[in-house]
Amino acid sequence: MTPRAHRVVSRRGETADTWTLALEPLPGEELPLFAPGQFGMLYAFGVGEIPISVSGASTALDPLRCTVRSVGSVSAALCATAPGDVVGLRGPFGSRWPLAEATAGDVVIVAGGLGLAPLRPAIHHVLAHRNEYGRVIVCYGGRSADELLFMSELEVWRGRFDLDIDVIVDIAGPDWHGKVGVVTKLVELAAFDPDRTFALLCGPEVMLRFGALTLRKRGVPVERCYISMERNMHCAIAQCGHCQFGPKFICREGPVQRYDEVEPWLKIGEL
Amino acid sequence: MNVIVQSELGPGATVIVDRSALDSLLAAIAAQGYHVVGPTVGDGAIVYGDVSSSAELPVGWSDEQDGGTYRLRRRDDQAVFGYAVGPQSWKQFLHPPNLRLWRARRGEDGTGLEILEEPTPSPRYAFIGVRSCELHAIAIQDQVFLPGAHPDRAYAARREDILLVAVNCGEPGGTCFCVSMDTGPKASSGYDLALTEVLDGERHHFVVEVGTDRGALVLADVPHRAAHDADLAAAAEVTAGAVARMGREMPAVDLRALLLANYEHPRWDDVAERCLTCGNCTMVCPTCFCTSVEDTADLAGDEAERWRRWDSCFSLSFSHLTGGDARSSSRSRYRQWMTHKLATWVDQFGTSGCVGCGRCITWCPVGIDITEEVSAILSNPTPSADAT
Repeated sequence: MTPRAHRVVSRRGETADTWTLALEPLPGEELPLFAPGQFGMLYAFGVGEIPISVSGASTALDPLRCTVRSVGSVSAALCATAPGDVVGLRGPFGSRWPLAEATAGDVVIVAGGLGLAPLRPAIHHVLAHRNEYGRVIVCYGGRSADELLFMSELEVWRGRFDLDIDVIVDIAGPDWHGKVGVVTKLVELAAFDPDRTFALLCGPEVMLRFGALTLRKRGVPVERCYISMERNMHCAIAQCGHCQFGPKFICREGPVQRYDEVEPWLKIGEL
Repeated sequence: MNVIVQSELGPGATVIVDRSALDSLLAAIAAQGYHVVGPTVGDGAIVYGDVSSSAELPVGWSDEQDGGTYRLRRRDDQAVFGYAVGPQSWKQFLHPPNLRLWRARRGEDGTGLEILEEPTPSPRYAFIGVRSCELHAIAIQDQVFLPGAHPDRAYAARREDILLVAVNCGEPGGTCFCVSMDTGPKASSGYDLALTEVLDGERHHFVVEVGTDRGALVLADVPHRAAHDADLAAAAEVTAGAVARMGREMPAVDLRALLLANYEHPRWDDVAERCLTCGNCTMVCPTCFCTSVEDTADLAGDEAERWRRWDSCFSLSFSHLTGGDARSSSRSRYRQWMTHKLATWVDQFGTSGCVGCGRCITWCPVGIDITEEVSAILSNPTPSADAT
């Protein structure tokens, strides 16, 4: 599979090291359709290719967006692109958030740090089909206030009456007057009906485990908790072997997986 | 001079080809446009290379294999296939160690991205002397690269028009355990022709089983004669001898269940003390398929290439994540390799990933033996209360 050229239409700084690129295919090319939760492989010319969270569904209303944290040579090159530059994109790959299954019930979204990026298309989908869902709760935790993504959008969501969103940070600076602690605190406080709740979680693995544990304590069965996982990936089509997690290829069976199907494997260190 | 006896040559037929007609067989294969590759002696080992006559095959050679040990030795006869598998496997031809996947150009305005996909010609290989374990290994890699929404173009092109001339084993190596894995020593399917070398005093010939029409087509141009019951019995004796002389044995238990229940077994710490995480076992394994891609650019930044190279789950970078390597200890990396090979492979592809060829044992610089590691876990399994 070869990358297809896409033009960077805009680039927005989210945090000191994280950028969101809006992409569009070159004229005459079709827009790839990423379902919420699916990922793409983004290629910086001559530098390399990495799996990237798709943070903007490729719909008519919202362009295709990828959120990238600059941590290595490829992500740094991608974050340094300017509008008009061309990058390569392969995808969509992997599984999706269970948004069809979750209808008629409450939706609890639990995100940690950069983990909000692949959940953003799910939130957009739920808001675009608001009447199909019950309560919608977003619990977002970050290490500190300046590591929170989509700040202006968080504020817009905060102003809606059909969405309960709360944000918490581990380490508060003098300019943070919100909640302090871990994101599971927000899950403990959130108002939802566990008997008809679907939970979608993305963040560091320790957050996924404790998030699912808290949801279970609140009465949400693990079969209705879904997590999105990260692993090293080179091919994204289950042929390079890098993303193996026990019997699963995270690029194919994941990144979104039902929690009860991965829980036994998450308990094994260094799997 | 042999007389060509016309007989019904189709799948299922068995005929005799004399040793003296082996060159005729190689010539007939080449005449059909195949690129003939077979075992040769090189670098002190049996290695695969271009073959145009039987004199280039390892005639009169055998090998001695044990954990961390491989030596060629002279035979006291002129057997053509009297050795076990060497360090190489056919995967180097079907799944090359280094492969350019595509090249890219910036395009005229300097900001574009034009991908030039690498052509994938079919080399039309004929593999000579493919052992039963290796036929199974090829079938296993087929399951990795061919099914699904994104079959690997490079593998499919190399695999497509291949001619597989199998050789049933009469001389297993000291580290072989195909009998335990039910993958040999006699080829059961997946070949175009299968040869059994019968060498008995003055008598030196091959009992040839035809597997496909393609195999029959090749054989039609080769002097051959009808096989009698005594010939079939002699051939059966050859593989029966190999069964009796298998160097190693894998415990006959449900390996998947055993390993899945023992992720935290202390034996992993024990093997980690010995394992150098060099990755030799993965390089010589005929089924290990893992790769990494490497993107490069010229100095001007106008042209770029993507290469795919064999990689190994024993390397630290293999599982690298920004937050840390998923498998930082050698314990976890050996465990990943062995549990994948024998257990989770079954979940992924429906079969074991091990064919019992013994290469990982022979070529391990410290002689770690996968059958011994399984036996150690089996003899003292994790109490179920402690299991994951």
